[in-house]
Amino acid sequence: MTQLALVIDLNVCVGCHACVTSCKQWNTSGSAGHLSDHEPYGENPLGVFFNRVQTYEVMQFPQTQTVHFPKSCLHCEEPPCVPVCPTGASYKRQEDGIVLVDSDKCIGCKYCSWACPYGAREYDDDRGVMTKCTLCVDRIYDETIPPAQRRPACVNACPTNARLFGDVHDPESEVSLAIRERGGYALMPELGTRPANHYLPRRLPQETKAADDQTQRTQQRPASARQTQVPTPRAEAVEMQSRSLFARLFGAVFDPVRAAVAGRE
Amino acid sequence: MSALFSLLDRLFSNSKPLHDPLTPPAGNTEVKTTTCYMCACRCGIRVHLRDGEVRFIEGNPEHPLNQGVLCAKGSAGIMKQVSPARLTQPLRRKPGAERGAGEFEPISWDEALQLLEDRLRHLRATDPRQFALFTGRDQMQALTGLFAREFGTPNYAAHGGFCSVNMAAGMIYTFGGSFWEFGGPDLERAKLFVMLGTAEDHHSNPMKIALSKFKRTGGRFISINPIRTGYSAIADEWIPIRPSTDGALLLALVHELLRTGRIDTAFTAECTNGAQLVRVQPGHAEDGLFVPASGADGNDTDPALHRLWWDVVTQRAVPAWSEGAQPALNGHYRLPDGTPVAPALQLLREQVAHCTPQWAQDITGIPAERIRRLAQEMAQAALDQSEDLPIAWTDWHGRPQATLQTRPLAFHAMRGLAAHSNGFQTIRALSILMSLLGTIDAPGGFRHKAPYPKDVPPEVRNPSGPQDVQPDTPLNGAPLGWPTSPDDLALMDDGSPLRIDKAFSWEHPLAVHGLMHNVITNAWRGDPYPIDTLLIFMSNMAWNSAMNTVDVRQILRDKREDGSYRIPFLVVCDAFHSEMTAFADLLLPDTSYLERHDAMSLLDRPISEFDGPMDSVRVPVLPPLAQTRPFQEVLVELASRLALPAFVLPTGSRRFKDYPDFIVRYETAPDSGIGFLSGWRGADGSKSLKGEPNPRQWEMYAQHNCVHHHPLPESQRYRRNWNRDYLDFAQSMGWRRRNTPIIIALYSDVLQQFRLAALGQRPGRQPPEHLRARVAHHFDPLPFWEPPLEHAATDLARYPLAAVTQRPMAMYHAWDSQNAWLRQIHGHNRLYVNPALAQQHGIADGDWLWIESSWGRVRARCQYSEAVEPGTVWTWNAVGKASGFWGLHPRAEESQTGFLLNHLIREELPAQALGLGQGVISNSDPITGQAGWYDLRVRITPADAPLQDGQTLPEAAQSWPQFDPPQALPHPRVPGHQTRVLRYFAGRGRHKGVQP
Repeated sequence: MTQLALVIDLNVCVGCHACVTSCKQWNTSGSAGHLSDHEPYGENPLGVFFNRVQTYEVMQFPQTQTVHFPKSCLHCEEPPCVPVCPTGASYKRQEDGIVLVDSDKCIGCKYCSWACPYGAREYDDDRGVMTKCTLCVDRIYDETIPPAQRRPACVNACPTNARLFGDVHDPESEVSLAIRERGGYALMPELGTRPANHYLPRRLPQETKAADDQTQRTQQRPASARQTQVPTPRAEAVEMQSRSLFARLFGAVFDPVRAAVAGRE
Repeated sequence: MSALFSLLDRLFSNSKPLHDPLTPPAGNTEVKTTTCYMCACRCGIRVHLRDGEVRFIEGNPEHPLNQGVLCAKGSAGIMKQVSPARLTQPLRRKPGAERGAGEFEPISWDEALQLLEDRLRHLRATDPRQFALFTGRDQMQALTGLFAREFGTPNYAAHGGFCSVNMAAGMIYTFGGSFWEFGGPDLERAKLFVMLGTAEDHHSNPMKIALSKFKRTGGRFISINPIRTGYSAIADEWIPIRPSTDGALLLALVHELLRTGRIDTAFTAECTNGAQLVRVQPGHAEDGLFVPASGADGNDTDPALHRLWWDVVTQRAVPAWSEGAQPALNGHYRLPDGTPVAPALQLLREQVAHCTPQWAQDITGIPAERIRRLAQEMAQAALDQSEDLPIAWTDWHGRPQATLQTRPLAFHAMRGLAAHSNGFQTIRALSILMSLLGTIDAPGGFRHKAPYPKDVPPEVRNPSGPQDVQPDTPLNGAPLGWPTSPDDLALMDDGSPLRIDKAFSWEHPLAVHGLMHNVITNAWRGDPYPIDTLLIFMSNMAWNSAMNTVDVRQILRDKREDGSYRIPFLVVCDAFHSEMTAFADLLLPDTSYLERHDAMSLLDRPISEFDGPMDSVRVPVLPPLAQTRPFQEVLVELASRLALPAFVLPTGSRRFKDYPDFIVRYETAPDSGIGFLSGWRGADGSKSLKGEPNPRQWEMYAQHNCVHHHPLPESQRYRRNWNRDYLDFAQSMGWRRRNTPIIIALYSDVLQQFRLAALGQRPGRQPPEHLRARVAHHFDPLPFWEPPLEHAATDLARYPLAAVTQRPMAMYHAWDSQNAWLRQIHGHNRLYVNPALAQQHGIADGDWLWIESSWGRVRARCQYSEAVEPGTVWTWNAVGKASGFWGLHPRAEESQTGFLLNHLIREELPAQALGLGQGVISNSDPITGQAGWYDLRVRITPADAPLQDGQTLPEAAQSWPQFDPPQALPHPRVPGHQTRVLRYFAGRGRHKGVQP
């Protein structure tokens, strides 16, 4: 059975947001459209985007890693948004595994967005319906589009080719190969949602140097910061946050923070 | 619970969706190709229209530049088209209204053009310098420059003076090419890629494409940058550096390579002037100049080819490149007549003797050991990982070569190095580093893009004195040239500047892109002279393109005692309601990029690839909105009315119907066969690069994805400074007058000519006394590092932090904040501060803070970031806006929480602080006039802390300074900030804008 999905390579994503606006422009005039923008020129513009890029900083200066993290619906194989929908508007397509919202059935109750642990749903206040990534279902089967471009708009636009698209159930597909060879991982697997989208972790060079760097880092901080008696609670919080983020963003391949901590113990 | 849901599911759900997700919405769609203009990258695009409205803009997969990809800006082009900030008709400042109040009345194009024609005709007939034309990121300098030249005014430039002129000048004065549109890193074959600073707005999609391929194939990417964002985020190693200190790092790297002997010796001897003998005779009129070989004549040949080597075999001086000679690269020697000489490389060695890694560590903050290792990593990549490719070519001596050696070490740098007052010599140091490792136009190294490489420097001369500027006469020379000695400066007979921006004067002798950042202040002060009419095209000189913004806004409306404006007539042409428009006396509405013709010409800054010349066009895919008119059309119309010679027939009647006609039929010289576009030339379109005008040229471009690519044979793609076949070809195409090789100037005798004049050792033009020491100091023929000028005028103990800006990838500049989608990505900006630094000052994440420089202060919000070195703070450029412009709500976050760092930067420094006497002098590189806007030093304090005078400001949740919002423009506009909900859906006829 086919399961279409995106595989996103965090090793080359530069956070340019091409996927964000290419998605918006395709879908606002597509079969899922329009994608409203409230107060587009006002004090607090707030629009519907199926795809957004978040940026995280992991670890502390000078070991900082800046990670750009594009996020959209993960098209889970066990989508928690589907069973909670009281009208059957949320559904998963049998033929390709794409999770969709039928806008004609949606009553805007938002149960699905509460159920989604990834915050991937976008409520359109104007139309009163829930919306989300469709994997450009109205592009990928459209025979008027040249075969090479019959992919989600974000995949075509991505300048670093960080977005791969294909069938994750086909072991020989480009996406399955990438997941196998590059340690591709799914978000929060412990929830049992089995997201179809995967992420390829950031590759870190000179992995064994992390423990040394940890020492160096303290030395390179400004003098007065070094003199600070106790680390502020905030710094600890940052480190805790970093750790879990690191595991999430970099996958199981390597966790220098953990390694550094282990090294000290 | 889940059982309940299952039940509901069964009750309500229908196995068939009601809404069919696959069927496209109704409407007639068509696809047109053109070229993007959401930034300077210029990607090929396919614009899908549904019933005449833009449905989708995608990267054109058949376009060689972007190969189908498109960035966030390009993908948001629709929102530029429907922006409420669009200007829709010509406007004139209301009689009696104050300039800057933004009170306008509509006028017709006929009136506007007549008004301009009358004014300009008078100025041209009396004193053409009274008309100044300065332009922004227009990509049409071949046309605007031609207009200025034919008009006869030297007062023309684009914005390069505050962009990255140091990058162009530093590299072109060294090896005849540069990063930018002129060349770049060959990541296809590089093994190590080092990026210093950078701007992500030129060639940005090709860079992203190449960078990801490079990483995927195992290349190693090192980013040297105070900040880790954008491209640096995916670097394998980030080396944080203090701003404005890159020169010290680069000189230490050169020091290490020379100390360890790890350079490409054969290349240095053969292809650079490193082995050529320099006279070392302090006090002599020709001290520090190359000794000419006997028999060298000055005619039609390059003096760099007629110099001496010291042959280590025979221990005597011989003409350079003598058969069998082995040139010395070090030591001091005496010529038979007793003249003391040394190879240029020896002088470089002496120059960098003190530039040890330890010395650089203290300046840059990079550990000395890391600098030593970096030098060796670079040498290892360039020298040890090199291989021979089976590519046959012929060197400039005519010797066939069976193979071509790779130098797999590539660099990239842009504004981060350039926008400093010490940037020229920094970039000279980078150019020398790249040259010593043999990477120039080598596979895997730096690669040129046609029409580069050019001569060192290019053979373009600007007017040198008042005799070259005559009423009713085209300028003698190009407005912007490449000086080779003080004789080429643009000076009045009394030695004062010929140009309003003082480019090519003793203050900034090699200002090859002009100094747009000083035009307004100079014109206001009448120094060097007052002007009458200033025409600004597409540059926001009252906001993010100005430094010292608060004062400049005052200057623009300042009056003389008689009540007249100090700058009498201000014409602004723009497509959008920018902050600058408020100051216009006459406001001309430009079209959008989807509504017009454009030529990205080889005569300008084309989109060439490493493998050959490439140019492209824009063709209109939509009719012009309301009364908008392309600026190109306005120029061609004015030029025709004013009967500027290139635009009229010998009879005096107009030569060109309109801009498209001009592009097709204009030739650089009668029957030269060279025009703005290189594709489909010849009567039937069968010729490439050169050929008679083809009346169907536009049509043929449109049929071929709007791009013309002329790949060179493989034998002509590398080592083009010294490639016989390429040099002949470039000459035949008119890219250079000569076909001689282009020798790399490790040692710049051009700079030495200026130094000799300043030392009083060279006859001819002399700098004024107060500038002698400055010119003698900075015009060092070999690079050196010292802190930027601003530091001399700043109390560094009080203002210890460097403050810089960056451009986000999703927003090019001021243009984009009216874009409903892009402003949701970057709607406000904060000051990014390392938490360790912020905590020292008691500033928490998200707190309001004051950023203060010697020149002013700004209130902003702090954002903690571990991705910035602790001595630097930074923010996004041009996100902050003045209230009420750009079609935005007066309380939009751009103006309320966004801010502009420009308020803290000065375009001028007190001359006294620099030891230059009284008055002021441009805060720019003393060589090129590059604005030193990355030299800013600041301090940060909590926004509710007591100020110096004891007064306490209440913490306000608003950035500062604030400006009064403008009046609404008196013309029909697409619905503006009142829009509650934007429901963009192409094809329902709601988004066609205001029709004429």
